[in-house]
Amino acid sequence: MKASIGGYARAESVPHALSLLGEADGVGRILAGGQSLIAALNLGVSAGDMLVDITGIETLRGATLDGDRLVIGALTRHGDIARDPLIAEHAPLLAAAAPLIAHDAIRNRGTIGGSLAHADPAAEYPACVLALDATLVLEGPAGRREVAAEDFFLGLFETARADEEILTAILIPCARPGDRHVIREAARRAGDYALAGLAVVRREGRHRIGAFGLDDRPVLCAGAMAKWDAGDVDGMIAALAKDIDPPSDTQASASYRRHLAGVLLRRIAAELGEAQ
Amino acid sequence: MSEHFRSRIDLEFTVNGEAVELTVPAGRHLIDVLRLDLELTGSHAGCEHGVCGACTVLVDGQTVRGCLTLAAQLDGAEIWTVEGLTESGAIADLQAAFVERNALQCGYCTPGMLASAKTLVESGSVPSREAIREHMSGNYCRCTGYEAIVDAIETVARTRAGVEARVEAKVR
Repeated sequence: MKASIGGYARAESVPHALSLLGEADGVGRILAGGQSLIAALNLGVSAGDMLVDITGIETLRGATLDGDRLVIGALTRHGDIARDPLIAEHAPLLAAAAPLIAHDAIRNRGTIGGSLAHADPAAEYPACVLALDATLVLEGPAGRREVAAEDFFLGLFETARADEEILTAILIPCARPGDRHVIREAARRAGDYALAGLAVVRREGRHRIGAFGLDDRPVLCAGAMAKWDAGDVDGMIAALAKDIDPPSDTQASASYRRHLAGVLLRRIAAELGEAQ
Repeated sequence: MSEHFRSRIDLEFTVNGEAVELTVPAGRHLIDVLRLDLELTGSHAGCEHGVCGACTVLVDGQTVRGCLTLAAQLDGAEIWTVEGLTESGAIADLQAAFVERNALQCGYCTPGMLASAKTLVESGSVPSREAIREHMSGNYCRCTGYEAIVDAIETVARTRAGVEARVEAKVR
């Protein structure tokens, strides 16, 4: 099918994009890499949108260091995240996650900000920013605000971003020596959305676990994290099953996804040296 | 509609090395501009939601999905399709290897396969068969079963790496 859109405007800066969103009178939609949005428009999920194309705003692209935080511009593409040495050094979880996303041609266009704002529960980055304890930067008509990743994902494709706001950057505490970052997922074919996936960050004996494909939103698995911190691996697996509420669909049943999640977490724990 | 939003967009880019100026509906996909407006029908529109890879073309040296890219986003871009890549000879060895190994039957997926394979064999190293499969996993073929496609790409990657090694030796 073909996309049906109401209009298109190219934004030259964040303030320009915000003013265009204001003019769009509630039907504005931010176009970044377009790898989910255009697919949705092609499928007729939405029609008549006024597209505000932000892809030309160069200041939103690339990663920089700000003290002990890594700042990743929202328009940084998956392919750049996989290759950027600064990201590999300070947020290796994201460097490992990017190659798991779809295929080369998608990674050459899709952006991290787009993926986070879209908030697909089966996508890799949302679970990663939960595990990384990242902060998301939103800019809107009333100014700039920061939202903790934990407070950002509200439900299925639903986030704390208001319609008139733009997600402009992701702030990530830089990895310290000794930190471990691991992401594992189970998918039927390379590039498919994962049936189940986990992103894990270990820092000074404490663990953060972000789950994807295992609920109607990305989940920070608080129960499993507490058991792991206490060194109880079996308790961690049991707690994980309660932290998540996986969907059943044509790809996999809820019970199979829950089983996969436990298998993945055991493997990650073994990789991080936990006795089984 | 607000005056800043347009329903038609003026564009300038190059396609297969030639400058193109045209005005397109704002929602026009790259693949439709290529096929319908420019009559470059080598690239195909398959699933139209980014899964099958039949519309894969090169934009600024990288593969993109023609069905997930609006032409409006490509002002100033450099676009190459199978027609231009064939004429320039840039993928002649890949095409010969595909024919030699029967790596196509109906041919619907082949232009997209060639665009994806081009960026892999240009990396200069010889990828493992697993890496070739991973790289090509975004291009569906319903005829060949993929084995022949992996063979053809592997052959070209080896040959190119060998040629490059010899050239390097001469330079030294």
